[in-house]
Amino acid sequence: MPDASASPTLPAAFAAWFAARGWAPRPHQLALLAAARDGRSALLVAPTGAGKTLAGFLPTLVELAEGSGSGKGGLHTLYISPLKALAVDIARNLEAPVAGIGLDQTIRIETRTGDTPSHKRSRQVARPPHILLTTPEQLALLIAHREAAELFRGLKRVVLDELHALVTSKRGDLLSLALARLHRLAPGLAMTGLSATVREPDALRRYLVPQHPKPAMADLITVQGGARADLHMLETGRTLPLAGHTAWQSMPAVYELIRTHKLVLVFVNTRLQAEYTFQELWNLNDDGLPIALHHGSLDATQRRKVEAAMAAGVLRAVVCTATLDLGIDWGDVDLVINIGAPKGASRIMQRIGRANHRMDEPSKAYLVPANRFEMLECRAALDAVEEAAQDTPDPRTGALDVLAQHVLGMACAGPFSEDELYDEVRAASPYADLSRDDFLLVLDYVATGGYALRAYERFAKILRGPDGLWRVRDARTAQQYRMNVGTIIEASKVKVRLARRNRTKPGSVLPAGGRVLGEIEEDFAETLTVGDTFLFAGEILRFEGLHEDEALVTRGPPGTDPAIPSYAGSKFPLSTFLAARVRALIADPFEWDRLPAQVADYLVQQRRRSVLPGPRDLLVETFPRANRHYLACFPFEGRLAHQTLGMLLTRRLERAGMRPLGFAANDYGLAVFGTRDLSERIGREPGFLDGLFAQDMLGDDLEEWLDESAMMKRTFRQCAVIAGLIERRHPGQRKTGRQVTISTDLIYDVLRKHQPGHLLLRAARQDAATGLLDVARLGVMLARIQGRIIHKALDRVSPLAVNVMLEIGRERVYGEGADEILAEAEAALLDEALA
Amino acid sequence: MALPLKLEKTHKTPGATLVGETLVLDLSGGLWLPEHRTLVVSDLHLEKGSAFAARSGQFLPPYDTRETLACLHEAVARLDPARVVCLGDSFHDAQGPSRLDVADRALIAALQEGRDWVWISGNHDRAVQDGIGGRFADTLALGALILRHEPASRPEPGEVAGHFHPVGKVAMRGRAVRRRCFVLDATRLVMPAFGSLTGGLNVRDKTFDDLFPGGFTAHLIGDGRVFAIARTMLTRD
Repeated sequence: MPDASASPTLPAAFAAWFAARGWAPRPHQLALLAAARDGRSALLVAPTGAGKTLAGFLPTLVELAEGSGSGKGGLHTLYISPLKALAVDIARNLEAPVAGIGLDQTIRIETRTGDTPSHKRSRQVARPPHILLTTPEQLALLIAHREAAELFRGLKRVVLDELHALVTSKRGDLLSLALARLHRLAPGLAMTGLSATVREPDALRRYLVPQHPKPAMADLITVQGGARADLHMLETGRTLPLAGHTAWQSMPAVYELIRTHKLVLVFVNTRLQAEYTFQELWNLNDDGLPIALHHGSLDATQRRKVEAAMAAGVLRAVVCTATLDLGIDWGDVDLVINIGAPKGASRIMQRIGRANHRMDEPSKAYLVPANRFEMLECRAALDAVEEAAQDTPDPRTGALDVLAQHVLGMACAGPFSEDELYDEVRAASPYADLSRDDFLLVLDYVATGGYALRAYERFAKILRGPDGLWRVRDARTAQQYRMNVGTIIEASKVKVRLARRNRTKPGSVLPAGGRVLGEIEEDFAETLTVGDTFLFAGEILRFEGLHEDEALVTRGPPGTDPAIPSYAGSKFPLSTFLAARVRALIADPFEWDRLPAQVADYLVQQRRRSVLPGPRDLLVETFPRANRHYLACFPFEGRLAHQTLGMLLTRRLERAGMRPLGFAANDYGLAVFGTRDLSERIGREPGFLDGLFAQDMLGDDLEEWLDESAMMKRTFRQCAVIAGLIERRHPGQRKTGRQVTISTDLIYDVLRKHQPGHLLLRAARQDAATGLLDVARLGVMLARIQGRIIHKALDRVSPLAVNVMLEIGRERVYGEGADEILAEAEAALLDEALA
Repeated sequence: MALPLKLEKTHKTPGATLVGETLVLDLSGGLWLPEHRTLVVSDLHLEKGSAFAARSGQFLPPYDTRETLACLHEAVARLDPARVVCLGDSFHDAQGPSRLDVADRALIAALQEGRDWVWISGNHDRAVQDGIGGRFADTLALGALILRHEPASRPEPGEVAGHFHPVGKVAMRGRAVRRRCFVLDATRLVMPAFGSLTGGLNVRDKTFDDLFPGGFTAHLIGDGRVFAIARTMLTRD
């Protein structure tokens, strides 16, 4: 690491600017400057409030001030942010120092996002600014431009903000490939990564610099974590339920906190929780405090309004989801409240950091559990924060569908040689281990679809010329690439509108007039049938039908239960790290003193009625209840892994003749139920339980299930869109007749049957391992519990099992069991005939 | 999460009739006319994958023709029809036959061997008139039935047609199932598309109100059998 004391002094204008504000440049800011002077790439890991952004731009400003930039004033620095809004905000924040240092006449700073008008974009390529602030998708488009080589030749630096958030997804894969191309176009280019604290900074250091021909790492500059957070679990003295995510018991206390602070961010995990919490707070709001709501389903202009109001200091609290996890400093937040389970240590630290953006003062935050299990999770998270332990995800293996998109983009930029592109791609750390065979498969996929049946040779999208170079076929193909760029596949949504009852025709509604309550996913809307009731915006609504892409609803009669459950828990699975800590807490009675009394009592009850498993054990309980037999187990591996496990267990139980009827899962465990006595079978047949949980379930059983799994089909659809097999549906684009669209489910079925090893099926499987099915995590768990299964045959449900039993009947099923639904609909016809 | 019911797999639904003729709505999506020993299949859209590749540069799996022919082969082997009628749009475009793979061409020839094979012309493949075995026709009368590609605007009793690729959707208890279907009233039948990569038009579309002013029953093709579903149980997309 460069020594800050050996750093070059700041130019006089800069020193004066710092001095005028009574500031001194911080050591890490000077360290970054020193690295830049040596032309070295560096990763700056620092807590919020450390002045990361200024540190990232300081070297660039100094170089441009000294005129040592890109000769004739071309593009000098690119700034990449995960959020469009953040790029725009940073551009605004740079204005003050740039003007203060007296550079506003010499330096041009511009942003380029999806909203930038096309004439400005063309101008930015022809006459680029010195500093361009943009997003990964816009960068992908820029490097696929025919003028890319010219545009980036003089580029000196790329600043990557919130790098820890960028690298964990397919967007990170796409960005890594773009950076590899930039390294080639601009030799001597230096990267500056800005990141919150992460578990493995080395992975990010590798991400910043080329990994080919030999692995390397950027310099690391670490700023130690400022003042310790002032963090507590909110205890109201009220008894919390065993399940549920609304935390209604704690709302008066939350309101009281809002009343006694200046600006409070109230984080929740899902949109539904946000709606609910907002509603509850309004009901309590006797003081008329300005409280706002911010989540991804809200209209963008609405969100901008809330952000502006925060910045102007006119709000007292904002109820928000992950949309405010990152980036922008809107106003002077003095308290963060996290409602519901924290789910991950790093996630909760990021959220806490949103309070008080001065690193020498402690951030103040409360965790608010909604049920007793969440109390355990909150305790585990408090411990993790205390130790500053991180659980950010492992580095990714680059996705093949993303690579396919990139390869087509590179052909759009200009002719490329196979060997050179292969070397370039391996410079990107997610693709460092890409085999040549796989690279050639991707190339073949881009050219002709990658099919064993060579049917499309003459329609190839990229062609190899006599000079051995690959070129894009025509302008139309390049246009298709530009329409398809990016890795974010938005779920299409429909508006939810309150309809008025039609007085002249009882039982019907008028489509117009009512107000819009928000948006729901189209997938969800499509499963609704007239008369279904569901929870939205904190109310029970009755679905009245779809009208011109809007879901019409009326208010449900008081006292009705929502018939269609929509998942109200966390969409983020519990992190492996926190899960292990929760298991350890449960296993060790000496730790229970540190838990709220109601949780300790609950664990004591569990120990008395059943058993408490050790931190590496799997407890399996079997018991009868109301004419059914249940098997409950508690792996603590997150809902996704448990759902997959549930599907696999029921298959095995079916084969063993145990007639399972269904299962339910949550973040902590799962329960399978059926008509046969499981306790009796396990008691009679030693080895039955071990066989049930044997690791080989991830073999044939998994394959068989994946074949028909609707989640697998959804995963495949995303890969097919990213890789350009089918065209992306753009927001606002009206549905055309389904007759002409091709269902990806059909494509999936045909492909699986005729070419199971196809590139896109491989890509979908790779996603399934970590994504919706979390197979990888399940595999680790099954290995862990071999020989460590503890069985308890009980005569009734145990305290621990109540939590997961309450999930039964709450979940929706995607696509499975089609004939059952059809048979029921047919029976209705028969009833009609016999009536 | 409830588990799927285990239902017996059965290819035939008994009991449907149209103007006195017995109809067997086959699980494959074909129509079996036992009294005529005739199998009717509609909208095969062979070579749709290659048509997309040629026209729009979208490389759908090129196995659609093979898959469709394999399903047809299964039905033919099981029913052993004396006659097969392809009810139009058998090829996705007029150049379809020329793009056929050698193996697929041979498969068609083998299916045609020893039986009367009729290609009814449709809007996609009107220009296809020879070079692919069998005989060509615009309509075909079989007993009281009249077979044509596109349903006539004025109802003609006994009409069997295709063209619209009907699908029905059932939604209940938070689950939705969307399947190809036969659409039937007392006078006419609209067949589902038989092709492996063919999309569908929801039977709640206005098109079907015009074709069946007195209502209809949709016979949805499930995994294990065909289900008769009342129009009132079907939802829009």
